[in-house]
Order: sequence, then structure tokens, then C-alpha cells
Amino acid sequence: MTLTSKTTATGETKPQGLLARLRNTLGATRQSLTQGLADLLLDKRVLDEDLLEELETQLLTADVGVDATQNLIADITGKLARKELSDGPAIYAQLRQSILEIVQPCARPLLIPGDAGPFVIMIVGVNGVGKTTTIGKLAQRLLSSGLQVMIAAADTFRAAAIEQLQTWGARAGVPVIAQHTGADAAAVAHDAMNAARARKVDVLIVDTAGRQHTNVGLMDELTKIKRVVNKLDPQAPHEVLMILDAVTGQNALSQLEHFRRAVGVTGLCTTKLDGTAKGGILIALAQKTGLPIRYIGVGETIEDLVEFNAEDFVDAIIPEPE
Amino acid sequence: MFDNLSQRLQVSLNRLRGAGRLTQDNIGEALREVRMALLEADVALPVVKAFVDQVRTKATGQEVVRSLTPGQAVIKIVNDELVTLLGATNDRLNLAVRPPAVILMAGLQGSGKTTTVVKLGHLLQEREKKTVAVVSTDVYRPAAMEQLRRLSASVGLSCVSGQPDEQPVEIARTAVDQAKRSLVDVVIIDTAGRLHIDNEMMDEIKALHAAVDPVETLFVADSVTGQDAVNTAKAFNDVLSLTGVILTKTDGDARGGAALSIRHITGKPIKFLGTGEKPDALEPFYPDRIASRILGMGDVLSIIEQAQRTTDQDKARKLAKKLTKGKGFDLEDFRDQLLQMENMGGIASMLERLPGMGAVPENVRGQLNDNQFKRLVAIINSMTPEERRFPAIIRGSRKRRIARGSGTQVQEVNRLLKQFTQMQKMMKRAGKGGFKRMLQGMQGGLHGKPF
Repeated sequence: MTLTSKTTATGETKPQGLLARLRNTLGATRQSLTQGLADLLLDKRVLDEDLLEELETQLLTADVGVDATQNLIADITGKLARKELSDGPAIYAQLRQSILEIVQPCARPLLIPGDAGPFVIMIVGVNGVGKTTTIGKLAQRLLSSGLQVMIAAADTFRAAAIEQLQTWGARAGVPVIAQHTGADAAAVAHDAMNAARARKVDVLIVDTAGRQHTNVGLMDELTKIKRVVNKLDPQAPHEVLMILDAVTGQNALSQLEHFRRAVGVTGLCTTKLDGTAKGGILIALAQKTGLPIRYIGVGETIEDLVEFNAEDFVDAIIPEPE
Repeated sequence: MFDNLSQRLQVSLNRLRGAGRLTQDNIGEALREVRMALLEADVALPVVKAFVDQVRTKATGQEVVRSLTPGQAVIKIVNDELVTLLGATNDRLNLAVRPPAVILMAGLQGSGKTTTVVKLGHLLQEREKKTVAVVSTDVYRPAAMEQLRRLSASVGLSCVSGQPDEQPVEIARTAVDQAKRSLVDVVIIDTAGRLHIDNEMMDEIKALHAAVDPVETLFVADSVTGQDAVNTAKAFNDVLSLTGVILTKTDGDARGGAALSIRHITGKPIKFLGTGEKPDALEPFYPDRIASRILGMGDVLSIIEQAQRTTDQDKARKLAKKLTKGKGFDLEDFRDQLLQMENMGGIASMLERLPGMGAVPENVRGQLNDNQFKRLVAIINSMTPEERRFPAIIRGSRKRRIARGSGTQVQEVNRLLKQFTQMQKMMKRAGKGGFKRMLQGMQGGLHGKPF
């Protein structure tokens, strides 16, 4: 994935506002989820079992997951029984409200205090979710907000992962601390910690190799990196940011569970929400864990890594009826 | 990977097992369970519906009457349907064209294309004895070409280099021409990851496809893909007319629903499974075996096949000779056996495929991890050659030394010696070092718990 500017997937001119961008890039979600929901609920159909089942279907196909879907449906069924909801539009509004309630507590942006010296962000995740690419975007974001950034290339396993970061770092003017492929990842993190302190940078982002969460040995290695960082600064890593691919289905929950157990994930970032994914997995994640969702990646350009905002998200996937 | 799915299916089908006859009610309940299990496994909803309907029609039809018990009938129907859904046979690669046979790989970002290119090249080179060249046309992601170059060098594949400022189509065309001249059998083309809704990029790969006219166009899909798998697969299939699918990262705990979805939507066979990070972690996909695995019937066939491939034939013969000569089975032989099992992908991956393992509780299976193997090997390594040949001399102070040397406890040394004694007895009975017998012994012995 390139980090240089490139027209959006659809080739349309990009609207300015964050909400608009979100809406635009969450297009697929909208088509599948909202369009279906709007047809279903805003069209004055009879409220019956079939309608509820179709609603369930819509949510399930958006990767909301069996648990979260059943909760949402049970809530609506209960309200219908108590006559608190009377028609389709009311259910629609209720659904918006319920989803907002689920994701709202997770909209906690990453705050970086100026005096953390350095604020260490450790990036973790399974293979191929976009860790390295996200680091590029994140570093650029932090740079432009006036912070000094350094990157530790502790993905010493994947061939050319270091080069990928270095190429990017050279382009953006961000120092990348690296050793050779196959080096001890914890040692790279250790060096980087020292370098970050010596050069007094504000933020150190530690890249790690993607690993399957079920591989005990590799998860132990990750714990070791954290331990080493922690030894140099008892506060560090200040943030363990787990990157999740939004295309992932319910396995995302299992991934998160394993990484949480191993390194105590403190924040989430979902990538590739543009176009393909249906965003529903965010609802499942929020409902299950309540962990802060720091950023969402909605496109290939650097501006497409945005802070997660619950209202915008709900508006994007289930817009207010016109 | 298919673990959880088989657990769910087993629970729901076990309820049926007890039932005397199939009623609309009890089959309905079981099928709801099947539906939920499939959805949780990320099988796409339309596919789930089609599947459940199919099973319902068949189960309430005549086919049930003829069978022994209704439960068995439903299991058979579910199994048959899964096999049908996954594709009835193992489809191999079609390389029977005038060389070079061109293979084009396509997929989303991060699905594992580059790694799979190398694995596939390695497999064709090692098992089919083909000369293989690989080429990357990913001019977008920084260092993507470098990644392929390094990976292919590590397994001795020749890698045709392009430059990041060239057009992907040109790079591919040059590589194919070059392959023609240097008489290479197979050219595998790696492409940049792309979203199926990115028209510009989809046009690019379409042009690439037209330019090199591949005999195989393989869609590389991550096994954790959710409901969207159907849309992605369909979009790629529409643009490229795929010839097959490779499912990656199946060594995680993904339930693999994407396999069912993709197969159902595209109708294209899944040809391989990516099963790990190493270059040889690519296995042919056998639909019937996977279906049986989902139902907890095990996958004994592929274990045996793998055993034949990786077991060191020489050592096996030596051991057999030793044993037939009446000489004892000693700790060195035991260690060889352990190492061979590790070569086969470790006990965890082997047990996963054995019948009935789906019914063994998660926590019990968790204890059977490969660390135990390493510990056993470490203990044996800490012994003197004499101790290995005559374990009877290992007593108190030797045990303490061995435990210290291997970083284990005396109890573990004791356990190992006990297991070894059992094994020795078994070997005497068996006479010959048959692998299957060994395995049975190991299973009972590892924790003193019979499975």
C-alpha cells in the first residue's frame, strides 16, 4: 500500500469534512447495512417476526457478530413488547441509539502528554493487518501536530519489513532505529528506547512482527519486548495499540483476547475500513471489550487515518433519515 | 482452525444422537445450532441459508428412513453437504501447458500473497521438480519487491527483478519473456494488494491478466475474513476469472467460514492452505478431509501422508532393524522419534487431525502443546550417552543433575523415564517400529490420560 498521495478508490473528488469523508469511505458499509435497514424500517412495513429476522440478517451480514446482534435484537423485541416502539422509524432510531451507546464509551482518543519523555507506543497485531503502513500514517499525524517522532523497526522477522519502514522514514524525515533482519526484536526496542531518550524525542513507535495469536512462542517474544521496554521506563509502553483488519470476521475477538492476555492491549485501531469492510466488527469489539478505539483507517492516504468518533461512525453507517 | 466449528456442530448433533426419531422440532433445533455455529464461524449468511435449507430438505426426506439411526443420517447429510460445498475432490494446479506456465496471484492487502508466492514456488520446486521463477509487480508498497527477493533467495528460487518505477504490466511481460528464453517451467507473478472496489487497481490487474495470459489465476484469501469474503471473492472472480483459491493463515484459530463462503460464491476450488510462517507451510486442500474434520471425524489420511513424507526413512529402517535384532529401544531412539514428530508439524497440529479430538476439552488439548516435546528432548539431551543407552542407571543424584541441566524438575525426569519404560514395553510387543503404534503409545503416555 502506498503512502504517497493517490486519488480515492472511487475516483470522486474528496469532500472536506471528517463526517463526509467517513461516509464516503464507509460507502460499502452504508450500502449493505444502511440501505437495507432503511428499506426495511423506514418503509412503513408491518412489524412482525419476519421483519425482526431480516433485521437480524442485516446485522449479521455486516459482521456485527452473533452475540452483539442478539443483544440488539433482544433489546428491540423487549421494547416492542412493552409498546415502547411502535413503528419502523422508531426501531430505526432505537437501533441508532443502541449502537451509539455501545460504541460511545470506546471513543477515547489517544492523548500524548508532553512530558512522558518519550511516550512509547507499541504496535501489535496478527500478520497482514497493516501495522507497518499504519505506523507510517500515525507518525505523520503526530509529526504534523508538532511532536518529534522516532520509530523502532522491531519487526525483524518479515523479509524487508525494515526496508519498508526505512524507505518511509527517509521520505518523511523520521529517524528509524533498526538492526538487521533476524536480530532480536527486544534488543532493537532496547536500543530505540535509549536513542529516543538521548535525542529527547516525544514519541517512540515500536513496530513488531505480525504473529498468529495462537502461536505461544511468538506471543512470548512479544511479552519480552514489552518487558524490556518496561524495564527502561516503568511507565512504558504508555500505549499498546492493537491493529485489527476490519475485513476480519469474528476471529478479531479471539485475536484481541489473546493479545490482551499477552501484552495488555490498551487501545485499538481498525484498518481497511474503506470500501470492503462493513464496520460491524467495531460494534462487536466495542460490545465485547469496551477498549478505546483510537483510530480507524478509511483509505490509503495519510489523512485517512482518523480519530474514532462515535457519533460520526453511527451517522456514517446508519445515517439519520432525511 | 476448524476447531470451534466442529465443537459447535458436535454439541448440536450429539443432541440428535440421543433422539429416537427425527421430528420437525428436534431437527429444527439442531439446524438452528448449525446455523449459529456457521455464522459465528464467519460463513457468509447467504451460504449459511443455502446450506441449512439443503440439509433440512434432505433430512426430512426419504433418505433418513433407510439409515440406521436418524442422528447418523443427519450427520451424514451435514457431512455430505459440507463436502459438496467445499468441492468434491482435491484440485491440483494445472501446469500442463507449453512452458512457461504462468501463475498469477491476486488478493486484498495483507492476505499473504508474497509469502504464498514463495511457498508455492518452493513446493513446485521441491515436490514437482519444476524450475520456478517468481516476480513481484507490487510497485506501490515500499520494499515489497525487496521482500519477495529476500524470501525467494532463502529457498533458492530465482527472482526476476523489476524496478518500482516500471509499469506492473511491463514487469510481468518482461519476466515471462525472460522465462521463455531461459527455459523456466513456471513463472509465479506476485501482485500488489488491492481492494475489490478500487476500480483503477482492478483495471490494472485485469490488464496484467490479459498481458500474461496465466494458466492459473489464484485468489489468495485470509482465512479470518468475515462476511465480506463473498463480495471480495465475487469481485475478483468477475474481473479475473479465477482458477482457484489459496486460503492463508489457517494456523490461527480462525474457524474458516471464509473457505465455505468463497467456494460457494465463486465455485472455484480451494487448492492450498497456508499453515504457518515457514516456506514449506503450504498444504494441498482436501475438501472431504476438512469436512470430516469439521464433524470431528478426524483427518487421519493426511497425517499418514505427511508421516510418509517427513519421516526419515533411513532412521526408521535402522530402528526397525535394531528392534528386530532384539536390541532394545533406548532413549536415543526415543529422542529421534520425538524430533521426527516435531518435523511433522508438532503434536498439536497432528492431534488436531485425529478423530475425536474435537470432543476433547480445550484445556486438555492446551496442555498438549509442543513445548512439552521440547522439554522431553531437553531432558534427554542432558543425559550422558551411557545414561541414554542404559536408563536403568539413572537414580537420585543423576536425576537431579539431569533436571538441573535441562531446566526441568526431577518429577519431569521421572515422568519421562516412566513414559519411556511404557514405550519400551510397547515396542517389544510391537516388534517393529510402526509409526501409528508409536503414536497411540504417545497419546496415552504423555499425561497418563487415555484419550
